[in-house]
Amino acid sequence: MRKFPSILKTASSALAIAGSLALFPVTGTAAEAQAASVTEQGKALAFDRKKGNCLACHQIEGGKLAGNIGPPLLAMKARFPDKAKLRAQIWDATKANPNTIMPPFGRHKILSESEIDKIVEFIYTL
Amino acid sequence: MKKLLTLATTLGLLFSASATVQASPQQDLKEFRSYFAKRFPDVPFQEFANGVYAIDQASRSQWEAIEEFPPYELSIDKGKKLFETPFKNGKTYASCFRNGGIGIKQDYPYFDTATGKIVTLEGAINACRVKNGEKPLGWKKGKIADIAAYMAYTSRGNKINVKIPADPAAMAAYERGKQHFYAKRGQLNMSCADCHQWNAGNRIRADLLSPALGHVTHFPVYRSKWGALGTLHRRYGGCNKQVRFKPFKAQSDEYKALEYFHTYMSNGLKLNGPGARK
Ligand code: HEC
Ligand code: HEC
Repeated sequence: MRKFPSILKTASSALAIAGSLALFPVTGTAAEAQAASVTEQGKALAFDRKKGNCLACHQIEGGKLAGNIGPPLLAMKARFPDKAKLRAQIWDATKANPNTIMPPFGRHKILSESEIDKIVEFIYTL
Repeated sequence: MKKLLTLATTLGLLFSASATVQASPQQDLKEFRSYFAKRFPDVPFQEFANGVYAIDQASRSQWEAIEEFPPYELSIDKGKKLFETPFKNGKTYASCFRNGGIGIKQDYPYFDTATGKIVTLEGAINACRVKNGEKPLGWKKGKIADIAAYMAYTSRGNKINVKIPADPAAMAAYERGKQHFYAKRGQLNMSCADCHQWNAGNRIRADLLSPALGHVTHFPVYRSKWGALGTLHRRYGGCNKQVRFKPFKAQSDEYKALEYFHTYMSNGLKLNGPGARK
């Protein structure tokens, strides 16, 4: 009997918290789901031979038969603290290195701006 | 200029550096060879004639097994028959070539200073037909590849010996070919050198990239992908398309110039065509 009220108490306080945050968790879950699907789309675009085909040159977790022309794509947040720089590298790799073999995906319109955005989101999770 | 040069060399771009100072073909050849000798220190010079199999032990044994029952054998026989069958006027191909056309592929392509044009082996085969009142053959496959395969076969073991005469038009043709080889092109913005020089030995997806040194020794080539023989210019078209560049026509001046440069760079290698590739 002594325990019961305390359980009730915690349960109700948890409910109270949940209640007070009610507006946020709902949109939060939707945003998360949307974010997940954006990275999923980004992954599909990055792996698609007719789109990014990043695997032609980069090892990427989850990708098969990757080439080894470029560096493996991992620890991207550490290597690109500034996400805009990562996007710039994908948009036009020749800016940083005019001789690079990496195609200028944005400058040559190989991918659309929104496709690049999605790939950036995916690459940033690596 | 100096700044540009140092920039190019620090980036390891030997060739654009040499292009800015207009190196001679001989100088280019020396640098080209030493680049591959450094990149593949365990591969003896003559081995480069075996293309990707010179640098990939894994696929080599499979290739050696294929070469024991070569898929191009029938083509050589067909080519020999075509080569020896007289035209309607009674003459044969032999009448158009030095040494009756036997063992001469190492001299092609050459620059004809009289016409100011590059003469490829396929070009000479069709010129011979036209001269004798016959229709020219298609350039990329079929009969022309069979005849070229037979002519390549009789030239096996001969060392490639392409010359660049001291003639401004010949130099211009050579430079045009060199430019094609090193210039980025297509929506994907890649040069031949990006794949076959700077990244030779690396993998693009699952494909190992062959060194450009030795590319031309075994043409025409039987490709499993084609299920038949094809000429060098057919391959050029395929590699241009890979980077989403609209290919030039086979035997266009552009591809002839590319073949001139590309073959000159393999001077001294022994011919081993026709060959078999994936
Ligand atoms: C044909 C080869 C090729 C393809 C295709 C390619 N890359 Fe690259 N990438 C490279 C090379 C080589 C480098 C090394 C940097 C350089 O060359 O300047 C590089 C560098 C990078 C870098 C910088 C890595 C670092 O840590 O500095 C990122 C990020 C990158 N690539 C992402 C991508 C993405 C995303 C795609 C596909 C949409 C892609 N790449 C497609 C060849 C390629
Ligand atoms: C995107 C990469 C890429 C580019 C750019 C490229 N190639 Fe290739 N090439 C390949 C691949 C992959 C193969 C098949 C594997 C191999 O032999 O390297 C190949 C094969 C070849 C072969 C046949 C090799 C053999 O032993 O039979 C020749 C010749 C060739 N390429 C010439 C060229 C030329 C000339 C250019 C420029 C006009 C060029 N390539 C541009 C990727 C490329």
